[in-house]
Amino acid sequence: MAKQRSKKTPTMKSTSPRTTPGSSATVTKDRDKKTLMKIDELGEAIVKSSLAQRDPHVDIPMRTVSNTKFNKSKRILEMGSNAQRRNLFNLSMAKKFMQTVLLADGCKDLIEAGKTLSLRGMYYKSLHTIEGTNEKTFNDQSESDPVLEDLEVSLGALREELHVYARKAGTIAGNITLIDSGDEIDCRRMGSGGYSIPSICEPSIIQFKKCEAKFVLHVEKNTIWSRFNEDRFWQTHNCILTEGGGQPPRGVRRLLRRLHEELGLPIYCLLDCDPWGHYIYSVIKQGSINLAFESQRMAVPDAKFIGIRAQDYERCELSDDVKITLTDRDITRAQQIAEYPWFVDKKPWQREIERMLANGFKMEVESLITKDISYVTETYVPQRLEERDFLD
Amino acid sequence: MSTLLAAPTKKPRTTMSKARKPTTSPQSRKTKTRRSKATAQTLAGQQREISVSEFFAKNRHLLGFDNPRKALLTTIKEAVDNAMDACEEGGILPDIFVQVLQLGETRFKVTVRDNGPGIVKQQIEHIFGKLLYGSKFHRLKMSRGQQGIGISAAGMYGLMTTGKPVLIISKPSKNKPAHEMRIKMDTSKNRAEIVSDEVHQEDDKLFPQGTGTQVEIELEGKYLKGRQSIDEYLEQTAIANPHAQITYVTPGNETRTFPRSVDELPDEPKEIKPHPKGIELGTLIQMLERTEAAKVGAFLQNDFCRVGPSKAKEICHTAGITNLTWVKNVGHREAEALYNAIQAVKLTVPPTDCLVPIGSKALLAGLLRGVKAEFYTASTRPPAVYRGNPFQIEVGLAFGGELPAQETARVIRFANRVPLLYQQSECCSFKAVLDASWKNYELSQPKGSLPLGPLVVMIHMASVWVPFTSESKEAIADYDEIRKEMKLALQECGRKLGTYLRRRKRMQRESERRSIFERYIREVAKSCEKITGTDAKKLYEALLRQAERRTAQADQQLDDEGRILNETARLAKDEQVVIVPAQQADPANNGNEIGESLFDDKPKPQRRKTTKRSRKKSRSPRRTAKRK
Repeated sequence: MAKQRSKKTPTMKSTSPRTTPGSSATVTKDRDKKTLMKIDELGEAIVKSSLAQRDPHVDIPMRTVSNTKFNKSKRILEMGSNAQRRNLFNLSMAKKFMQTVLLADGCKDLIEAGKTLSLRGMYYKSLHTIEGTNEKTFNDQSESDPVLEDLEVSLGALREELHVYARKAGTIAGNITLIDSGDEIDCRRMGSGGYSIPSICEPSIIQFKKCEAKFVLHVEKNTIWSRFNEDRFWQTHNCILTEGGGQPPRGVRRLLRRLHEELGLPIYCLLDCDPWGHYIYSVIKQGSINLAFESQRMAVPDAKFIGIRAQDYERCELSDDVKITLTDRDITRAQQIAEYPWFVDKKPWQREIERMLANGFKMEVESLITKDISYVTETYVPQRLEERDFLD
Repeated sequence: MSTLLAAPTKKPRTTMSKARKPTTSPQSRKTKTRRSKATAQTLAGQQREISVSEFFAKNRHLLGFDNPRKALLTTIKEAVDNAMDACEEGGILPDIFVQVLQLGETRFKVTVRDNGPGIVKQQIEHIFGKLLYGSKFHRLKMSRGQQGIGISAAGMYGLMTTGKPVLIISKPSKNKPAHEMRIKMDTSKNRAEIVSDEVHQEDDKLFPQGTGTQVEIELEGKYLKGRQSIDEYLEQTAIANPHAQITYVTPGNETRTFPRSVDELPDEPKEIKPHPKGIELGTLIQMLERTEAAKVGAFLQNDFCRVGPSKAKEICHTAGITNLTWVKNVGHREAEALYNAIQAVKLTVPPTDCLVPIGSKALLAGLLRGVKAEFYTASTRPPAVYRGNPFQIEVGLAFGGELPAQETARVIRFANRVPLLYQQSECCSFKAVLDASWKNYELSQPKGSLPLGPLVVMIHMASVWVPFTSESKEAIADYDEIRKEMKLALQECGRKLGTYLRRRKRMQRESERRSIFERYIREVAKSCEKITGTDAKKLYEALLRQAERRTAQADQQLDDEGRILNETARLAKDEQVVIVPAQQADPANNGNEIGESLFDDKPKPQRRKTTKRSRKKSRSPRRTAKRK
């Protein structure tokens, strides 16, 4: 990673919302104001308890399975109310407390300057030697990343709202025209590489200009995405093709959510037949455990799973070569997933996982290539769509 | 005061039986044949045939004269012990002067002077010229000397190695001049031969307080410093006798003073009669022979403690005789029956008011004076009984300061205020120290070893009869009762030490903690200023104040009921604990050779005032000294 150089892109972008007049800029300003207020509140609380000789603290909602609840009516994961209190006057927390305040201060700087930084950039921004010692505020980035996540949840503000973004991953192509920071992006003319989905896909940055597509096909990884793109699948089927590089980053999820919510497009997922693929689907659909507090802005409860299915080995008459034996870890993970509250009541899913476990092997989407190079684009997916054969 | 006739009956018998094995001299073989067949009566008769002095002259290692170095120490030890005993019995605060003069490479002259009541002229020859002549053997009373062997044996050793008589100068009365006597011992007769008997005017100057005794013995010896040296012996004597002032002139002509730190004499120990359960059959038979009582019932009541008329009757009844049986009719068989009856009958434990422990406060004063540490604690157990003999255990601990941190703890042992320097590993007290689980008190202790750390463990046993493993009085015999009491006392002190060490650890943690907080507070204050606009300096100061308060709070401990316990205050209030702040210790001299640095004539800062123990006993008018 090009260390600090990652600043470049955001600087370019960040100027636009401020300079471009219109609704998006106002939205940004309002949102920033709100975020700044939240940071202020945090600071004030610390100052208040400090001056009152009380132990200053920050409450950080816990990001664990036990503290996530499945909201059945909304069909998304929500964060519970359990929070961990981070105190200054506690030996094991003192440093983290200091780091939290430091990052809050850093985010305030960013917002006021109207600029954004990557996680790594943020690490460098807050990095300095503590006065009178030779100890640094952070030992490495792995220390600052979780603290920033803590700050997000405790402020109840998204990372984007704090003007921090993660490394971007994910590609889009299809019958849609976007506006990204004022630049018009025609996703029909993205060549073989596609347009890379920015890590911040908030309406202030990305707006949808024109969309003819009828649905979104999300695939797990780039190999398959390229296959579809090369076969002009989005053209023949009038859709949008997205890819999230495995576990989709926030930007991709946020974009999927907006495509679904704002444009009413159904989302179909083509993922591997293994616990990992199942979990990716679950993340797109209900939200992730780690970011449960953001589910309502990211989850697509109506997303459908079109494949690969455990039965496809027989249905598509695949060769033995595509079988990948399930490891012990896969088996435990599959069992865990089967017991998640959002899977447990779904008979088809229970059967699917059972079948995979009974098979004793997993399959990747790429395995369809063994049939024919374009089998997946020309036969498999069109067939599933036509039969409306998905898992929900 | 009894004569020699009866005196040696018990003691030499046991000693000889011990000596029997290594030697094959005709004499000891004779002893053997005698022993296996003889009755107590014949035994007592035959024994007069060899002189005790002859026996001990040949077996002087039994008395602690095995090698020149030990001989020199034993001589001083016996003389100092006697001097202390004499002073205390005379109700005088001991002021002891010890001089070791090196005359040749292996020739020394030992002078020990006290300010005690002195010795009347007629007694001098007996006291210094006869073995097993003394006041202490026949009574059960806590005293340093027990058998009446020590000082005459030292004189005998001097005579044998140098041919020089013992010089005694004694002034028993303020108004009479001091008399000077030179005495030689006739070992074959076990009696003294007076070489000279003079009165010198200038001798009176030796005793500015009016009375006192000086002993001068010339002997072959070897002077070495370090462990088991004269210096160590006197240092430890000073610890156990804080009421004594000791002046010591070394062979190098250096004067070291161990100043008095308690201005009160210990209470005078009471004499008690033996407890029936504490005697052996042999002793019982001897007592039957010697008793003035005519009938067994009277004998039991008069010659023992804790036996009343009904108990006497019960014992006699159990033994198959009556309390009106004539003592002279009691033969060996009856005696044995009587002995068995005593074991069977329930008896009250002996009185324990005969014991005078050093007392935790005096003990602390002694330790403070003698050991440069930072933490001191002492504990005195209630009296207990072994084999019918009452005893009492005291333990003192000194920790930290200038004591060597990397070595195993040092155990200093005392019996009736006398330091025991030899045969440590044989001693009951040493085993008790091994037994205690020091790990519970924040000290590391390798398996089967003494604890590690800057620790001095002092153990004192006070008893009317200290069970030594040998006549040279070097180690306390390992009785379960004694070991148990020692362990309990060690645990009591250990707990306090543990509390202190935990507190010290917490204090270290606290300062670490404070520095961690202080480090981060500034950052937090700066960031908060940027976020809220509150003045960082003001915030920093508020937080710093809180950090200090909190770290101090963390030092407090909660007791079982959740109340805040102020341990510092509790330890400080504890009268059995003294803490000398660490910074007062001299770091330059850290831990090297405590043997050398044990004492310091300079007064200690922050020394706790020692007790004013009520001196309720009425001082008996100065008696003629019962020495030995």
